Amino acid sequence: MAKMYHKEKSIQIKSSASALYNNLSVLRIAPRCLTYFTVVHANVVNMVSASWDGLNYSHRQLQSKEGNVATSSSLIMQAAWCVLPSRDLLVLTSQKGIQMYESDGSIMVYWHALDTPETPTAQAVFARGIAAVRDKYICVGVSSGSVLVFDVPSKGSNITLSEVLEEHTEPITDMASECSGSMECIADLVSADDSGTLCVWKSGGDFQLLNKIPGFDTSCSSVKLWKGTVIAGYGTGQIRLYEGVTGILHAEVNAHARWIYSLDIAPFTGLLLSAAEDSLVRVWHLTISPETNNVEIEHLYNECVTDSQICGAKFCDGDGYAFAVTGYDLSEIIRYTQA
Amino acid sequence: MSLRTLPLLVLNMGGEMLYILDQRLRAQHETDDKTQRVLNDIVRSMFSKAFMEELMKPQDLYSQRALRCVLTRLAHTSIMRLNPASMDRLYDLMMMAFKYQLLLCPRPRDLLLITCNHVDAVRDMVKDSPCLINQINDAQRQILEMYTPLSDGELQFIRQTLLSLFQDVHVRVSIFLKEKIQNPDGRFVLPTSGPVPHGSDVPGLIRWFNSRGREVRRREFPSGGCYCSSLREGSFDVAGDRVTRLGTNMYCTTLSEDARTSDSSKNTCKTKQQASVDPNPLAKEELNLLAKLMGGMEVWNLASADGGVKVNLFLSEQEEDDGGISSGGDEPAFGVINIQATQDHQVNTELTRIAEELLVQQDQPELPSNKGDDLLAMMDEL
Repeated sequence: MAKMYHKEKSIQIKSSASALYNNLSVLRIAPRCLTYFTVVHANVVNMVSASWDGLNYSHRQLQSKEGNVATSSSLIMQAAWCVLPSRDLLVLTSQKGIQMYESDGSIMVYWHALDTPETPTAQAVFARGIAAVRDKYICVGVSSGSVLVFDVPSKGSNITLSEVLEEHTEPITDMASECSGSMECIADLVSADDSGTLCVWKSGGDFQLLNKIPGFDTSCSSVKLWKGTVIAGYGTGQIRLYEGVTGILHAEVNAHARWIYSLDIAPFTGLLLSAAEDSLVRVWHLTISPETNNVEIEHLYNECVTDSQICGAKFCDGDGYAFAVTGYDLSEIIRYTQA
Repeated sequence: MSLRTLPLLVLNMGGEMLYILDQRLRAQHETDDKTQRVLNDIVRSMFSKAFMEELMKPQDLYSQRALRCVLTRLAHTSIMRLNPASMDRLYDLMMMAFKYQLLLCPRPRDLLLITCNHVDAVRDMVKDSPCLINQINDAQRQILEMYTPLSDGELQFIRQTLLSLFQDVHVRVSIFLKEKIQNPDGRFVLPTSGPVPHGSDVPGLIRWFNSRGREVRRREFPSGGCYCSSLREGSFDVAGDRVTRLGTNMYCTTLSEDARTSDSSKNTCKTKQQASVDPNPLAKEELNLLAKLMGGMEVWNLASADGGVKVNLFLSEQEEDDGGISSGGDEPAFGVINIQATQDHQVNTELTRIAEELLVQQDQPELPSNKGDDLLAMMDEL
């Protein structure tokens, strides 16, 4: 098969990527011809801003902070941009709580502390799983299984916790909102946990649970929602495609030989990116068949990142023209563009 | 991160330590008696009831410093003494071996099998001592009881926590380089072939289902690797076939090969960087934990011992003359460093130095609390 993508110059980052699910976030800022990348290393978020002409790179590092206490820090579980109509926010989830920054990481606008027990129990406490939903919500998952729903005004720091969704009983692994841009889809959000349970939600003043798809005690580490289809990646290396509202399993892919760490969708073209500890990144094509309204999946391309356990893979644009990859212990963001 | 990492860290790295010490002592034709004594003493401390109990309490991941302190102390419960440079080398070997096992672990649950491999081998090392075997069996039962019920997600979380401890450590080990499991840049080779983990399927298949759950179509795709079905599952009992080779003694087949390590200056920088992102920045907290952990360990008074045990962790003079590693000019030449028995006062200095290093990390200018003082005093008295 002709090579669909070729490797571009990597972006060096200040410290290596940690072995965490979905450890890469990308924000494309078209008006400024810039793309931002974030990669988590322990208690630090490495942020790089790359100009499209490839000439300018600027770096910033954010530390997780407990409120305004400068000296304490905790390990970060995930960092992701939340794109809302009026603003973009960078959200960091850690063992201590949730921080929200302006999109360039310059100012922290909100801090939410997690309830930590007085005496340490065997169950660790942390926040993980981040998604921007519709116009004004940012949802964040917690190790208890709760999903916190934050109401975000169009500007300023008056962010409030509006609801706590209690359906999951295992730690949340990842969350995703409907990304096709279609207003016809009923389901707005999917949340996944360590037992593989998937919850499909409709947003609103009160979030409504549309469906709860049981797992098979296999952790779902990465999840996406596109045109009503839930795309879930599991620790067994499988990808499953479910119809969100009904929970019907449409397709199952024996995609990877090791734990899947990252999935991403290019919403305009339906390209799907999957990456795992087996060093492989795969590109697939999703289409919705007009007659049956079922989702079709076709394998397009493989890329092997030799001797790396991949922990993050994201498309850099809505068409899937380029994608970026991070791996445990690697101090670079590897990039690929369509040939 | 996970609060259940310490038992796995100590048992696996401790196991590697015993493999290395056993190999070195035999390679130097130490008397079986002395070798066995060293191993027995370390095993006795490592698997003691009190020690295991402390290990198994839920607690944050130890920093590299604290972990090293515990393992050094374990080694010193025998009649063998290690000077800091030798402990450095030993620790590097232990770290890289365990990092390798963590990375190549097919699925997180296999980490338990790797731990069992270490424990099985240690049991075999002390097979003439029924008392130690009982200790080991008890400890193993407790470990299996604690970890077997955990979900795959929780075990992966433990593995991720452990990987964070070894992040950016790329010490090159000659035995790994020779066996082609490590690249010249220090990174491990991750094969894209072989059996898939237990519970996974060989990649390359897409299946479609109808609304009633029946398969209606299937199609293959090129997987880009060379995988085959998983092997049978290893045993999670106190005794049994673990199936995986990870965690077994890779030194016993290569008696003449020394485990040389080479430090690139890059590695030193990164180790320093790692120290600054300790998950537990309050050194006093760590000292208190260490006090509880090591309180029960007895250290030999060498003044009355029948001479110490020399362990040579480096090339013999002859092998060194044949020209060791030919690498770039930056690499330091390795001299032979003998690990000798030392007088007690040097031990005191060593442990106190380690303890002081831990205290230096602290930012607040206040005086140490009573507990920290107690630990230092205890160390001084040894």
